[in-house]
Amino acid sequence: MTRASETPADATAAPTGPRHAARAALRRAAVEPGSGTGPALPRSGPAGRAVGLRARLLAPVADRGNALHPGAWWLWALGLAVAASRTTNPLLLGLIVGVAGYVVAARRTDAPWARSYGAFVKLGLFVVGLRIAFSVVLGSPVPGSHELFTLPELPLPGWAQGIRIGGRVTAEQLVFALYDGLKLAALLICVGAANALANPARLLKSLPGALYEAGVAVVVAMTFAPNLVADVVRLRTARRLRGRPTGGVRAVLQIGLPVLEGALERSVAVAASMDARGYGRTAHVPTAVRRTTDVLTLGGLLGVCAGSYGLLAAEGAGYGLPLLGAGLLAAVVGLRLGGRRSVRTRYRPDRFGPRSWLVAASGVAVALLMIRANAHSFDALHPGVVPLIAPELPLWPALSVLPGLLPAFVAPVPPASPTREEPSA
Amino acid sequence: MIRFENVSVTYEDAAGPTLRGVDLTVPEGELVLLVGPSGVGKSTLLGAVSGLVPHFTGGTLSGRVTVDGRDTRTHHPRELADLVGTVGQDPLAHFVTDTVEDELAYGMESLGLAPAVMRRRVEETLDLLGLAELRDRPIATLSGGQQQRVAIGSVLTTHPKVLVLDEPTSALDPSAAEDVLAVLQRLVHDLGTTVLMAEHRLERVVQYADRVLLLPEAVLGTPAEIMAVAPVHPPVVALGRLAGWDPLPLTVRDARRRAGELRARLTGQHPAAPLPRPVRPAPAPGPHTPDGPVSAPPASEARRSGGGAPASRAAKSLFRRRRAPAPAPAPETDAPLVDVDRLAVRRGRVEALRRVDLRVAPGEVVALMGRNGAGKSTLLSTLVGMIAPTSGTVRVSGLVPHATDPRDLIRRVGLVPQEPRDLLYAETVVEECAAADADAGAPPGTCRALVTELVPGVTDATHPRDLSEGQRLALALAVVLTAAPPLVLLDEPTRGLDYAAKARLVARLRALATAGHAIVLATHDVELAAELVDRVVIVAGGEVVADGPTAEVVVSSPAFAPQVAKILAPEPWLTVEQVEEALCR
Repeated sequence: MTRASETPADATAAPTGPRHAARAALRRAAVEPGSGTGPALPRSGPAGRAVGLRARLLAPVADRGNALHPGAWWLWALGLAVAASRTTNPLLLGLIVGVAGYVVAARRTDAPWARSYGAFVKLGLFVVGLRIAFSVVLGSPVPGSHELFTLPELPLPGWAQGIRIGGRVTAEQLVFALYDGLKLAALLICVGAANALANPARLLKSLPGALYEAGVAVVVAMTFAPNLVADVVRLRTARRLRGRPTGGVRAVLQIGLPVLEGALERSVAVAASMDARGYGRTAHVPTAVRRTTDVLTLGGLLGVCAGSYGLLAAEGAGYGLPLLGAGLLAAVVGLRLGGRRSVRTRYRPDRFGPRSWLVAASGVAVALLMIRANAHSFDALHPGVVPLIAPELPLWPALSVLPGLLPAFVAPVPPASPTREEPSA
Repeated sequence: MIRFENVSVTYEDAAGPTLRGVDLTVPEGELVLLVGPSGVGKSTLLGAVSGLVPHFTGGTLSGRVTVDGRDTRTHHPRELADLVGTVGQDPLAHFVTDTVEDELAYGMESLGLAPAVMRRRVEETLDLLGLAELRDRPIATLSGGQQQRVAIGSVLTTHPKVLVLDEPTSALDPSAAEDVLAVLQRLVHDLGTTVLMAEHRLERVVQYADRVLLLPEAVLGTPAEIMAVAPVHPPVVALGRLAGWDPLPLTVRDARRRAGELRARLTGQHPAAPLPRPVRPAPAPGPHTPDGPVSAPPASEARRSGGGAPASRAAKSLFRRRRAPAPAPAPETDAPLVDVDRLAVRRGRVEALRRVDLRVAPGEVVALMGRNGAGKSTLLSTLVGMIAPTSGTVRVSGLVPHATDPRDLIRRVGLVPQEPRDLLYAETVVEECAAADADAGAPPGTCRALVTELVPGVTDATHPRDLSEGQRLALALAVVLTAAPPLVLLDEPTRGLDYAAKARLVARLRALATAGHAIVLATHDVELAAELVDRVVIVAGGEVVADGPTAEVVVSSPAFAPQVAKILAPEPWLTVEQVEEALCR
């Protein structure tokens, strides 16, 4: 035994026989998994071990090796989105948006896709505005007594009965539209958060092998969109060199053709490059296997369709679930068999490690808690508009949103933003 | 390793075959350089090796191409992917994924290599090409040289036996090009890779070649043999031919060893100025006397620069340090055409330019040099008003470019962008010219006459896309010159040009300078700078680090010195032409 290992923990374990040794091993096992089950047992380990634990619990600096699985981010964001869809309380919605925004601010990189969050926030605000504008112009079935103003009403012919343009605008209907719009905006912002935090290309890489080619098509298309935008900007500024105004509809129309031409040429070049780099190499697969694959995939998809119809339709509840299960199974087997045709391997696939599980679980927890909250305090989650009352922040539902903050502490921290070089000379 | 047997390639709609009866054998582990003027089928020959011609491009290939025993007729490019690595002219068109590490792994994933092997090879390649720092970076944020290295790395990871490169260094600054070439040489020497490469800038590559293939004759020989007869050759060869050295030197080092006698003959003589006219010394940077509009622009611009909404931003920055420009000062013939004062440009957090001062007088030719991403293009864009300065002032003929109506501005300054195609919108040359006349308010036919003068033999109905690089550049230049701007800017004009097209461009630009146009060009091409330019401005990290007469700035710099200067240093000779003239005197 070396000197270094003569620590108190080992000293208790070493002298007395197997039972003590086993207990010490158990203790060690309780401390070792980095899941953060609790503080280290006070007397079991020396200070050094507690420090090691803290070091393990601290979120590491992100790199490729410890990146969260993009699926985990999506599960987290969808969990928040589900929670948002279960309430119209503006305070709770604001809390959900705040949680998503905090996590994005804490954990997003400065990659191009990470900038999409701002766009989604703007889109959300636009949706709120649009919802209110529609409510003002088209009226609302919500009855209300607080009349704010009256728009001149457009007389419509008899066949357009039930449609109203203009007319009375009440405070109740505006508040209702605001709540409704906020809900949609919160959903959009949750999706935007997932977009900003997870690299979309890496998510597609997690698709099964048989769907790989579809995934590549989408990835190439996604890298094209920014290129297309860059082309438009470049050509628009180049118009200045010809002495033509750079703004306006005419400018966009005139550069449309060159931009499309450029995009087409580039896509041909990328296709050539992909071909020369081995895209679409296939392994030889016996005909029987290929047929089986086709039958299983198609049959499975049909089964899934029929099964879900059965589940949703009133009379088919009996056969719906088994059919859906069988269909899913057949489709999965088909996809796996189909994967045999592809010789591809994967370079450093993202792993669903403990931190990914925590992130995903936090989102799911928020969703489940909010669904439960609907059962016991429905009124607090859906503040009434008739009569008009100020919404209150219910304590328990509000607390149940907070687990969504977990990713801001467990997800790997993106490295301090590197000095960016100019993309072009 | 590579064998061509009586290969001809004919594209559809082409008048004749692009390649005719090529017989060729390239053994393993050789670096073969393809040389020849534009349009002789260099890219076609390279494409035939990787199978992209004719499987991808169409056209008819007769004869037989085999690579390591595999016939490209029966093997698709993807079935040759483990054997041949191809890098095209434009690295951006090569990338399939979005980050460096994924891009390096892409080829191996397609071939189905084991994950452990992939991991090891990616690490090796990152080190080999010096990309380790960039491994997680999105490719779109890399500079041109970095992108080119990633493109080469992405085909190296599959360990191909043959590497096919189409102009791998033409977009790179001299030192980035050296890096790429050093990597290629290492592959050839250490790993026995066979490399087939086409390149116009022979002065960069010819010394690395084991053999040279001259097209369209399809003669394969040692570099010295081929260079003795080739119509395209680097300055070192031209000097060797001039001095009658045999065997011809291919490297600066060989040439220096022979040059003792030539240096002796040249002692006491002085090189003629690159342009046949007295060169006006550039006004020294610093507080200069009367600012304000110059004589050339007529009344309209005084109104423009004087006031009104567009100039308000400039006026704000003027307010702090200077008086506003006087509306109509006395004509001042020596006033600079370009007057840049403490210019700074920021993009987000990036300071693209910092404290840049630049004056350019009428009739002067100035080259902006510096590595990729140093801010050269940004400076040019600022001069034509495509980018507004963050602080400092920019005046072109007394106008503030970004606040001037584009229609007025094109009569003061014209820019030929890096991609001349960006300037061309029309379907035919003649429509393009008509549009240019209309834009510039020039009499109809002005632009067409310029095109005929610059590139004789371009027909009216040609689509601009079908022109060669050189012709397209000339068309864009003609479009810009239609408005007769006193200042002409060119961004990387020699990219993709062969020596003949370059010589024509130099002649044209000299004629323009003699006619009183000021010319500013951003370039990596040191030989072009040596032949054409009075003054070199070196930009690094967004700042001007050197500004002076070409001979002074360039001779002392290892990266920016042209070959003749390196051979005849410390004497200030820059071009073969100067030496020739001196010897004839």
